[in-house]
Amino acid sequence: MRPLCVLCGMLVLVGCRQDMHDQPKFRPYRPTDFFGDGRSARPQVAGTVARGQLEEDTLLSSGKTGAAFADAFPVEVDEKVLRRGGERFRIYCSPCHGALGRGDGMIVRRGYRQPSSFHVDRLRAQPAGYFFDVISHGFGAMPDYAAQIPVKDRWAIVAYVRALQLSQNAAMADVPPDKRGELEPAPETP
Amino acid sequence: MAQTFHQSTNTLSKLSIFGALFLVLGALWVTVEVNRAPYVTQEGVTREQPVPFSHQHHVGGLGIDCRYCHTSVEVSATAGLPPTKTCMNCHSQIWSNSPTLEPVRASFRNDTSIEWNKVNDLPDFVYFNHSAHVNHGVGCSTCHGRVDRMPLMAQAASLQMEWCLECHRHPERYVRPQAAVFDAAYEPPADQLVQGSRLVEDYGIHTRTSCSTCHR
Repeated sequence: MRPLCVLCGMLVLVGCRQDMHDQPKFRPYRPTDFFGDGRSARPQVAGTVARGQLEEDTLLSSGKTGAAFADAFPVEVDEKVLRRGGERFRIYCSPCHGALGRGDGMIVRRGYRQPSSFHVDRLRAQPAGYFFDVISHGFGAMPDYAAQIPVKDRWAIVAYVRALQLSQNAAMADVPPDKRGELEPAPETP
Repeated sequence: MAQTFHQSTNTLSKLSIFGALFLVLGALWVTVEVNRAPYVTQEGVTREQPVPFSHQHHVGGLGIDCRYCHTSVEVSATAGLPPTKTCMNCHSQIWSNSPTLEPVRASFRNDTSIEWNKVNDLPDFVYFNHSAHVNHGVGCSTCHGRVDRMPLMAQAASLQMEWCLECHRHPERYVRPQAAVFDAAYEPPADQLVQGSRLVEDYGIHTRTSCSTCHR
């Protein structure tokens, strides 16, 4: 009888072990004692070029041709790219720049330094590469977004910013005659 | 010789044989219920964090998109925990003297990690991929709950296998249009089953219930 009791007790206790739940392996963000900084994810060794990181196309990776900002896109801009740019703009840019790029986003209303509107002459005259550079490296109070937005998405956002600039400075004559009927009257601005 | 036990104890012994069955079943039922209790699953339990980060304030109040911080959720298995630099994008100027945010500033100054406590911790033998879900109409709030109403983060679901399988068996009950995946306040339509079935077809979702879907 007694061995049976011990066996039953062991069976019950075996169920309490969590070895398989918590395996001695590293999943993303799991800490370690092995490295001084406690991180199991290691930075790239200096000089490493991972797949997809080689910057062969200077226009694509810097927005420049030669020393000057280029007013050209390294990717073909179609409706898909513009929609993607709009979506990414609303995620990463609109908190400060506002949905229309007027510099009146929620974070600005909470006290962050106000960015310039995209619709001033200075920014309307800037080439596309300039906007790519600002997203990649920041400008004034604006931090860089290189870590948050991949290169192609940055270009999609630039394309969308261009579309925003057009939309806020357009006349009825710019709209194809057959599309004019779809336009809604402008809402009252407070 | 008088009998040791009175005749009525016969009934008692028969009853106890009958009752043992219920005793065993009852013990099993208690075990199952305890295993589903928040004490074991951690469902609804709020985690202490080094900085009391409020999703309610940032998502619900300010309207910041999930992907502003969780940048890899659409392309990777892990949603991505933002580096301290992402916090400092705004907090270099906003609440920049707040004592509450000192651990964030210290982390930024010294290039040390803020050690957040993981809220949704799956067992290590489960392989979950965020991108596979958010790109096929599974909304953030379906699993993470109304984070826009959570001042401190709590696990919203049991994360038990029966919970995973409920959706893997009946995805049409849960999928939503792609445009609403990151909408924290999304409410399913009244005809969810009709719309859901259509979406399941559009997304090409198959009911995935083989063991190796998640355990590999």
